[in-house]
This record gives sequence, structure tokens and C-alpha cells, in this order.
Amino acid sequence: MSWLRPARGPDPNSFRTIRYDLLKELTVALGVVSVLVLILAGALSSPDVKPDTIQRWAQDDPVDFVTTATGELAGSSVSAQYGPPYNSGSGSVQSLGPLHPQEWAGVHQHVDSVNQFVLDPLNKAAASNATLTSALATFAAAKADQQTSWLDAYTAALANATAQDGAVVVPAGDYGPVDPMMKALLAVARSGGLDGLLLSGGGTFYQTDYTSPLLFLGDGGHLSGLAKDQMLFGNQWGVMNETGRYPGQAWLWLYTLWYQIPPYNTASNADLLVVLTMGVLSLALLLVPFIPGLRDIPRWIPIHRLIWRRFYAEERARRR
Amino acid sequence: MSTPPGSVPGDTGSSGRTEPAPPKQESGGWTGAVAGWLERRLPIGKLLPTRQPYYIGSWVYVFGVVTIAALIWVVLSGVVLTFFGPQWWHVSSIGHFINSLHFWSVQLFFIFMVLHLWGQYWAAGWRDGRAPTWMVGVVIFLISIVTAFTGYISQQNLDAQWIAVNAKDAINSVGVGAFFNPLNFGQMYGLHVMLLPIAITLLVVLHVVQVRMRGVVAPLGAADAHLPDGVREARPS
Repeated sequence: MSWLRPARGPDPNSFRTIRYDLLKELTVALGVVSVLVLILAGALSSPDVKPDTIQRWAQDDPVDFVTTATGELAGSSVSAQYGPPYNSGSGSVQSLGPLHPQEWAGVHQHVDSVNQFVLDPLNKAAASNATLTSALATFAAAKADQQTSWLDAYTAALANATAQDGAVVVPAGDYGPVDPMMKALLAVARSGGLDGLLLSGGGTFYQTDYTSPLLFLGDGGHLSGLAKDQMLFGNQWGVMNETGRYPGQAWLWLYTLWYQIPPYNTASNADLLVVLTMGVLSLALLLVPFIPGLRDIPRWIPIHRLIWRRFYAEERARRR
Repeated sequence: MSTPPGSVPGDTGSSGRTEPAPPKQESGGWTGAVAGWLERRLPIGKLLPTRQPYYIGSWVYVFGVVTIAALIWVVLSGVVLTFFGPQWWHVSSIGHFINSLHFWSVQLFFIFMVLHLWGQYWAAGWRDGRAPTWMVGVVIFLISIVTAFTGYISQQNLDAQWIAVNAKDAINSVGVGAFFNPLNFGQMYGLHVMLLPIAITLLVVLHVVQVRMRGVVAPLGAADAHLPDGVREARPS
């Protein structure tokens, strides 16, 4: 098959011809589309809801922030246990039978939520905070079992925590240094410092990779709360939606559809199943000219009679 | 200084006008081979036709050209947005208007492209050796979806954050996330403003050349009435 081979079959030049001005047609089309675009843009504008930030999250919902950060430190968050391409976990690895394509390329964007999201920022903040320095030293010196015991107790206590004047207050208990550490992290986050520290954590000045702060935000409930308010959830056909009352990626309707119906909507590997399904369907669309049945539908359902209505009418008249 | 009639190639000397002779094409060589191939396959009369078969008088042929018109708006507005940087449109009313032009021209581009695709499907536009034209069109459609996806992620707003955080799971599940990270703004922005638009533009040029080279496919069942005796109707293939 040549991509630029001349056509077979009926020669278009064998038919009666009419005058045709390609460039004029393009110019007229451009004019019409220009009017449409200008009217739509001028009358309806475009959506732009401000992004969430870790600072805003810590200010709006400090208990959720501290609960998420404690999960990061305990290694129990979604990001901490995700798996490739972020780390060696398996919590979010999807499989199809014996196949685990998510693991094939290994870890490419290394994410260590314990250190990157919590301990590294705290160590930087501890430079002028003796209480925090002591708490970090105590935590580092403790055995793993002791750390886990403190974190478990603190996590349980957070279920009954309250926010008072921007601070998180938990019932009294044996949390070791975890409570002062989390209070310090919350203070850094509320100041906006954690947004910057998560980007410059690797010692870089310029940065365009938001993997760390977005994973941290995604582990909490603040970003998802804002998204739910904007009807962006998956069960709200969110991939197709935009913030506000604007059309989103409507062309993804079929991709989104699968997430709404069985067996996809209950499968633990729904993402993998949906992507593979769409891959197969895309391949079928590409190969329509070669797939018997699919390529014959236009002949069976005569919509072409509408497309070439005048041609067929003239043909009937000519034969009479 | 005047040149005597008949002293240069191509001058008949009878009219008094000197007509330049076409340069003689050397045989052989890569350039000559390409020139010969272009002359045979895509003469200027096919590339810029002034007449077309009468069956193109149908609304279905409008969708292709308006798709290109919308693409021109997408590219022009995108160039302006790229020139001033990804944060400009968040802080400038003019920038926001340019973004609105980009947003709506993308919406129109997809609407027209899908209508064009459906029109060509029901016309079985791949017939008579035009399967490559259909396939390039489908590839343009698929690359456009990826381009729009990277554009939504490059918006730097709540929608961009949410799409990136959720899309990563689907992309990671098939192992692509190791190379295509929706949480990496720099990667998504670079792909959106550079590689993917170039790919779409080049493929659209190829698609148009394919259409012009092969001509517009004849109506289903038309062959019997218009071809010489003995040539049967072409089946969809």
C-alpha cells in the first residue's frame, strides 16, 4: 500500500464537472469560522478556576491536611504505596491476568513520600526551630515499631481532632514527637512554604515538574472536594466536563462511558481495561477500510443517498 | 542590449516576442526523480483544481474545509499564547480573550472534524485505493485528542490539576506513565506547543495532498453509469 498512490476505480475526472475554487472555499470557510470563534469567545469567554494549593488546603481544612501528611509519614498513603512509575509499592498497580504492564518500565519518577513530603521539608524548617529539631531527632532515633505505634495512635486521634485558630488539636495521648512535627508541617504549609519546598526539594532552582505537590494534593480530600463541586468526578462523567458551565473534552465521551457501566465500573483494574478497550477500538477505526462488515455498513444503511442526494436524483432522471 | 529573434531557445521569431523555454530536466539524480514523481502524481491542476466532478455539490464536503479553518484559528491563537507564556492569560484580560479564542476554536475544530469523519464513513470514503487517506485522517484525529489532553493539562488551573491527577492512573496502568507524565507540566507543555501541533499540521498537509491526488471518491454505485463498458462497480475496500 502506497500512501500517495493514485486512486483505483472510478476516475473523478470522468464525471461531468462544475466550476470549483478551492482557495475561495477555504477563504469563505475561514471567514465563517472566524465569525463563530469571535462571537463564542467574546460572548462566552473561557473557564479559569484558580488552582488548588497546599497553602489553601492547609488553611481551609487543616485536619485533612494533617491526616494526609501523617499518612505520608506512615507510608500508608496512596502515593506512598502507589508502585511504578513512582516507587516500588504495589497499591495502585493494575494487572490483567499475569500481565502487569505498569511494572514493565520500572520506576522513572522516584517519589518517596515519607522524606519528600514530610521529613525533608521539616528538616529545612527546623533550622530556626529548636523544638522541631528535637522532635525530629527523637523520631529519627526511635525504632520502627515505636514510630509505627506513635503514628497509629496519632492517626486514630485525628478522627476526633478539631481545628482551632488554624491549629489541629487532638485528644491527649502518647504520640511521641509526631504531634509537634505535624504542627510544624501545618505551619509551614499554611505559610505557603510547603508549596515551594515540594518543588525545590531536589535542590533545583528552575522547576516545571509538579509530580510531588500534585501527588500530595491528590492524596488529600481538599482537591477532590473542589473537583466534586465542579462536577469533575469520574462518576459525574468528569473527564468530559470543564469547570463552570463550559464544554470539556466531549470527544472523550466514549472513553468516559466505560467507567459508568459494568464490568468496568466495579473492576479493580478499570483503568487498564478502559485504556485497552479504547486502544482496540481506535485500531478498529484506523483499519475500517479492511474490516469486513464494518466497511460494508455504509452500503447497507443508505445514508449516502442523503450525502449525494442530487447526484442520485439526476441519475434517476437520466435513466427515465 | 536586444537579442535577435530566433537566437534563443523557445523563440519562434514569428511573433517578435521572446518566450523562455522550459529548463531541460536532467535525467537521473534524486532531485530529478522527485520532480518527475511530483509531475506525474500531483500536477498543479490536481493540487489547485478549478473544476471538480459535479457530485461534490453536497454539504458533507464542507466539514473538511471548516475543520482546516478552525485549525488555523487554533494554531494562530496558540502561537500568541505561547509567545507570552503559559501564565499570561491568567493575569491579562487580552490574554484571557486570546485563550477564549483558543478554547472555542478547539471546540469547533473537534466538532467539525468528527462531522467530517462521520461524513466520510457514511460515504465510505476509503474506497478505490483511498484507505491511506482514511488512515491518515484517523491518525490526525487520535493525535488531536492527545494534543487537546496536553492542552487541558497545560492550563495551570483547577481543571488542569484534576485531569492530571486522575489521568495519571490510566496512563500508568499501561506502563506509558514512565515516559509520558501528566504531572510534569514542562513535558506536557512542550509536547502541546511544539511536537504535537507540528505533527498535526504535517499530517493535515499530507491528508489534503492525498485527497487532491486521488480526487474525491465517486458516489456509491456510480461506477456502472460512468465508467466504460466492462468496468464494474468498485466494492468498498
